[in-house]
Amino acid sequence: MLELIVFSLLNGLVYGLLLFMLSSGLTLIFSMMGVLNFAHASLYMLGAYLAYTISLKIGFWPGLIIAPLLVGVVGALIERYGLRNVHRYGHVAELIFTFGVAFLIEESVQLVWGRQNVDYREPEILSFPLFTLWGTDFPAYKAFMLAISVAIFIALLLVLTRSRVGLIIQAAITHPNQVAMLGHNVPLVFTGVFGVGSALAGLAGVIAGPALGTFPGMAAVLGSIVFVVIVVGGLGSLAGAFVASLLIGMLQTFAVAVDYSLEDLFAAVGITTSKTSALIDLYTVTVAQIGPILPYLLLVLILIFRPTGLLGKREV
Amino acid sequence: MLEVRDLHAYYGKSHILHGVSFDVRDGEIVSLLGRNGVGRSTTCKAIMGDVTPSGSVRFKGEEIVGLRPHQIAHRGLGYVPENRDIFPTLTVRQNLLMGQKQARREGRWKMDDMFEMFSNLRERADTPGGVLSGGEQQMLTMCRTLMGDPDLVMIDEPTEGLAPKLVEQVAELLATIARRGVSILLVEQKLTIALKISQRVFVMGHGQVVFEGTPDALRANEQIRREWLEV
Repeated sequence: MLELIVFSLLNGLVYGLLLFMLSSGLTLIFSMMGVLNFAHASLYMLGAYLAYTISLKIGFWPGLIIAPLLVGVVGALIERYGLRNVHRYGHVAELIFTFGVAFLIEESVQLVWGRQNVDYREPEILSFPLFTLWGTDFPAYKAFMLAISVAIFIALLLVLTRSRVGLIIQAAITHPNQVAMLGHNVPLVFTGVFGVGSALAGLAGVIAGPALGTFPGMAAVLGSIVFVVIVVGGLGSLAGAFVASLLIGMLQTFAVAVDYSLEDLFAAVGITTSKTSALIDLYTVTVAQIGPILPYLLLVLILIFRPTGLLGKREV
Repeated sequence: MLEVRDLHAYYGKSHILHGVSFDVRDGEIVSLLGRNGVGRSTTCKAIMGDVTPSGSVRFKGEEIVGLRPHQIAHRGLGYVPENRDIFPTLTVRQNLLMGQKQARREGRWKMDDMFEMFSNLRERADTPGGVLSGGEQQMLTMCRTLMGDPDLVMIDEPTEGLAPKLVEQVAELLATIARRGVSILLVEQKLTIALKISQRVFVMGHGQVVFEGTPDALRANEQIRREWLEV
């Protein structure tokens, strides 16, 4: 039991912080521009595939740096030459635009790299068990993912709260016109935030690729979870995105590890279920099996009981 | 310093400014007066590039219509909005830093000058701007724009809703600004301080300038006051 808790906590932390790397960019972009960027998860995917190719040519470590930078440039270009022109037609047009871009990226990735999984692996130097507890290994690569995510989280926090550009970003979220009239180039700040947010999505892809797999469906798998995260956390709230990332990271990893069903619960309280009951299929479903839908259940509950999200102020 | 000629501006399809013309000379305090809704604020926003106008605005001899707001600010124009648009989550000090156009570039005004003039702001330097009183927010908005070292500052209704004592403080600040060689375009609805400190006044009505002259001339012109200013 202790083993299960320790490893689920560690895995939940790894997964939760990975989610935050995606949701932080998405929520910053949303609070500045008021647009949900559907292409965000596609950029995550693009990051993984680019890093895969770079890792084949010159190794994993250069890919760790170059792939996110490339994705950041792609993101900045999408904002500067796409979104900014679409902006004047309103949020619906922007939403549809990012939807189109998402498809474009995902289909392009499949054209270039094919429809099969690619064999993107962690570097040799990180493929060993960092420690073994109760006979279970904790891979060094997961510790590395954790370290990168924590570093990014601290860097983001420092930039946003301590640096001048962070203050400009904070001010521009609520009063863009006023910030511009004080002499700051707000459109450039928007492009920068979009670029950095995209680069973070790319970086998340780079480090998640070897652990969670690099395959054509990876954007869809993580993308929907990231949307759940930012809605549960509260649209536009960075702190909320952080809390919700960890919450959903933990929820999913714990659920996967729990093999109990309703039948076991009934047995524990002394009720025996008949094997011929019409509901036997329901009774024998384990928590692990419903794990993947738990985030969506949480999403629905949050929208019913707290539509602004955990820490958000804005109505969804 | 500032020369506005035949300025037109629209919000969507409604025509707000119908050819506004006026000017502010070097070191001068000029007031732009008029009732609510005659286009005074729109005039400021059009000059700052926040609203896209047609017509001509020359600042220090250069045409600035078509430039973007931050470019106009960098040429030395400052605007203090009427609604006290402070950044609520940033501290007083951070709000003031936002006024600087570049880090570590100081001009006529230093942060200590602001704190000296308004000790309230010094005391609350590290509190979020959002919790200041209305009067403090007004001071902060003005100080923030001054931190950008403008050569001409447009100040929109700085005394609106302030207690008489604070109105005096505002008048003092305006005098200090002028003493340091900064031109002022004061946008007001009430005549109280405008007539006292201005060298010239312009009265707006229906998106146009309907009177131009000295404060004395306006005092003497009862017809203009009754038709365009008094409520």
